[in-house]
Amino acid sequence: MNDMTPIAKFQTTIKDWETDQEVRWCPGCGDYAILKAVQRTLPEIGADPSKTVFVSGIGCSSRFPYYVESYGFHTIHGRAPAFATGIKLANPELDVWLITGDGDGMSIGGNHTMHILRRNVNTQILLFNNEIYGLTKGQYSPTSREGTNSPTSPLGSVDRPASPCAFALGAGARFIARGFDVSKELPSVLKAAHAHQGAAFVEIFQNCIVYNKDRFEDFAAPKGAEQNQLWVKHGEPMLFGSVKSGGIRGIALDTKTLSLKVVDVATSEDGTPDWQAAGVIVHNVKNRAVAHMLVEMPFGPFPMALGVIYDDPRPTYEATALAQDEQARAGKDANLAKLLGKGQTWTVGGTAADPV
Amino acid sequence: MATLADGPDALTGGKETPAPEAVVVRFAGDSGDGMQLTGGQFTLSTALAGNDLATFPDFPAEIRAPQGTLFGVSAFQINFGSTDIETAGDQPDVLVAMNPAALKTNVGALKAGGLIIADSGEFNKRNLEKAKYEVNPLEDGSLEKWQLLAFDISALTLEAVKPFGLGNKEALRCKNMWTLGLALWMFDRDRQPLIDWLNAKFKKSPVLAEANIAALNAGHAYGETAELAGPLKQYHIAPVESEPGLYRTVTGAEAISLGLVAGAQLAELPMFFGGYPITPASAILHNLAKLKEYGVTTFQAEDEIAAIASAIGASYAGQLGVTSSSGPGIALKGEAMGLAIMTELPLVIVNSQRGGPSTGLPTKTEQSDLYQAIYGRNGDAPMPVIAARSPADCFDVAIEACRIAVEYMTPVMLLTDGYIANAAEPWKVPDPSAYTPFPAKFLTEKNGPDGELLPFARDEKGARPWIKPGTPGLMHRIGGIEKNPGTGNIDYSPASHQIMTDARKAKVDGVAKGIPPQDIALGDESDTLAVVGWGSTYGPIHQAVRRARRKGLKVSHIHVRHVWPLPENLGDLLKGYDKILVPEMNTGQFKTVLRDQYLVDAKPLNKTSGQPFTIAEIEAAIMHALGGDIGGEVDADATQLPSIKSVNP
Repeated sequence: MNDMTPIAKFQTTIKDWETDQEVRWCPGCGDYAILKAVQRTLPEIGADPSKTVFVSGIGCSSRFPYYVESYGFHTIHGRAPAFATGIKLANPELDVWLITGDGDGMSIGGNHTMHILRRNVNTQILLFNNEIYGLTKGQYSPTSREGTNSPTSPLGSVDRPASPCAFALGAGARFIARGFDVSKELPSVLKAAHAHQGAAFVEIFQNCIVYNKDRFEDFAAPKGAEQNQLWVKHGEPMLFGSVKSGGIRGIALDTKTLSLKVVDVATSEDGTPDWQAAGVIVHNVKNRAVAHMLVEMPFGPFPMALGVIYDDPRPTYEATALAQDEQARAGKDANLAKLLGKGQTWTVGGTAADPV
Repeated sequence: MATLADGPDALTGGKETPAPEAVVVRFAGDSGDGMQLTGGQFTLSTALAGNDLATFPDFPAEIRAPQGTLFGVSAFQINFGSTDIETAGDQPDVLVAMNPAALKTNVGALKAGGLIIADSGEFNKRNLEKAKYEVNPLEDGSLEKWQLLAFDISALTLEAVKPFGLGNKEALRCKNMWTLGLALWMFDRDRQPLIDWLNAKFKKSPVLAEANIAALNAGHAYGETAELAGPLKQYHIAPVESEPGLYRTVTGAEAISLGLVAGAQLAELPMFFGGYPITPASAILHNLAKLKEYGVTTFQAEDEIAAIASAIGASYAGQLGVTSSSGPGIALKGEAMGLAIMTELPLVIVNSQRGGPSTGLPTKTEQSDLYQAIYGRNGDAPMPVIAARSPADCFDVAIEACRIAVEYMTPVMLLTDGYIANAAEPWKVPDPSAYTPFPAKFLTEKNGPDGELLPFARDEKGARPWIKPGTPGLMHRIGGIEKNPGTGNIDYSPASHQIMTDARKAKVDGVAKGIPPQDIALGDESDTLAVVGWGSTYGPIHQAVRRARRKGLKVSHIHVRHVWPLPENLGDLLKGYDKILVPEMNTGQFKTVLRDQYLVDAKPLNKTSGQPFTIAEIEAAIMHALGGDIGGEVDADATQLPSIKSVNP
């Protein structure tokens, strides 16, 4: 049921995905890098512009569809998942990308984000998380860290932030990935999201250079990246760091507390890390419990988990719903005249012509 | 019109009374007694007997209110006869009261001399206390102005179903069929369709079917026996003279669902229906969920906003998007309606109005969403609005909503209300091939003069092309931001907003050019007073105007289907009358629209008790209007359905 006909490979170049519209984000905004990453990914996955639809809500990120030469629908604040669901039910062959932000997708549209994930509508959901409301000029957002100073929280925000990936897992998502705007790995994350049949949730940390500048610098900066970023790969041990940057380390399971811990990994003479001896665990994208722990790892004591954290497909909503509809239709005669005259009827005048 | 209550002997014992033209029967019982089912089946048998009819179900907002209480009473009223019936009737001739609470809350409505049939078995101490009766009313003479027929229906039912070995509770649930059997006997009805229905309903437990049939037969037999003894009389109401054809009964919710299916077929489009449960609109989603083979996809969304958003998404992708709700849900959909207006996508929004504001009266009727329908969005957001006047009319109005949506690339709101949604009337089954198709067209090639794509170019109706994603070469972007008049690209320039605001308004105004001129439902232009209505007030206005005209009064009935934009001739038509009276189940919304549009001195006649107008109320208002005292407020009527229920009366 999940084996949708794969969309045929289509030959395009990055140029084919650029519109004639002037891009209106602030100079230096992380959105530019994400736009490029997407435009780089689309030719690689063989996407057909006429079958591709970008759907967005409201906010800086939601201007995205205007800049991609495909079909695009810039909808209303927070509701893009509901529009996307209607589009997929009406035409499941369309390849739908949903663009949202932390305010759009986690605050005003949190409900719809939950439901598109739990239903598992086959879309790629890119949540640009800049931990701030940009387009409305810098108010703190549902992902802003405690103590964020903003026009609406001049003494620092007191509410605790939501974790988009933890939220998505809680809502029943079958694909969770993380990346950040300027990361070279972003296209490969997007490719994996596209390959996943079902709702693929990608949190992309994005630098708002005007209202929340360098918020992710602690892990996203090239300097120290090896020690601060854990790029997980299915079937490979969760290792980060290097001898040069101060040592190889890994993620292990503390079986006493059933929680993750960072362990130092020794290297053998040829430089190969002896991760088995250190108890480092191998990443399995189908392990939901570990996925929960990875997205909840506090940065600082732990590196930031990035890449495809969870990927375990289930039948998509539209395939299941439309198959059920087909089943309901099978063998039935859709004769409207008959339907209108259904039930207990009577005839007046004897000369009546039965419309059936 | 002769009615049953014209003489005290009309129904009980009198021998020479001529058969009445119309009878109003009200079934009232505990909400667990199956009164809606009894009423529904009695309606069917009435229709099969060829009478014209109108019904009014009234049930509490609580699903199962505490048994025997005053606020737990559920009632069903039917008016049927051998003449045209357009309302559920002002006052019942017959009241069937299944317990003391049902008697107490409904007897005040009964015409003087009317018949009460009461289940004396339920008039025990406990139930009398719950209904706040100090003395048993069946025994204290307090019901003297009516004819009283009290017997132990509970015991008679238990006796009738005894051979089937049901438990006491299950056996008593057959009481409503016993009562129905008696009612069928009273009005000389065929039992066979009911027996067929019971057999089908209880296919899986034949013993229940047999028990219910036994109860039905016992009730019927009781009528015959009672007649022999004198207290009851059988009546035969002659069939109404109707146009030849095939008929069935239909509720507003059914007719809307069927009309939407027909409309989508006439547009040659699959239909996508996005809905969220809400009273009294849910029935449309229920009905359509069963009609998948007609190219219908239904989607129960997570909320009202998602329901409309998914429908807009489906319209964007090339299907006919439809959503439906009631007042509070419609309010939530407002922003998305604005997007459909801005992106110029077809969409049908069905609003089954109920009493408001806020949660208001979920199960009662009102017409108070007119302003919300016409004006209730941010910005200059014009949208066509049409209103159904009766259950059967919903079919044609739903088709019309689909036509306007597709031909003009616009959302359209269809107004119905709680009364129409639940009420039933006979319907001459239409021939779908008699309707003119309005096939949707999709753009397949670039449409600009220089070979460019112009998603916001306009045709002679002012409509933009419908472009399905998936069409090669026609990629473009749309959204809620103001756009360039041709390309649709973001364009905030002053000229652009001016042009687009004007174009959206001109397009919707232009819908009036494609609709028939406003007719006069009854009367003519030389009359003095025009009674102008819209929606479900059709029945009472029509009957009241007819009665007034029989008295020689110069009064017309004008009923408006297209409430926005209004028919082009309406202003001139209204200006031909000296006086204009607008009865509405709100505080005067359409009156204000008419005043605004035509600067006419329209006067309101308002009723906001959650009850439809009675014929008598409008008739009285007509008399007053012609006497110089026009308009005003109609007070709540404690005896009318929906009853003004009070735990502490």
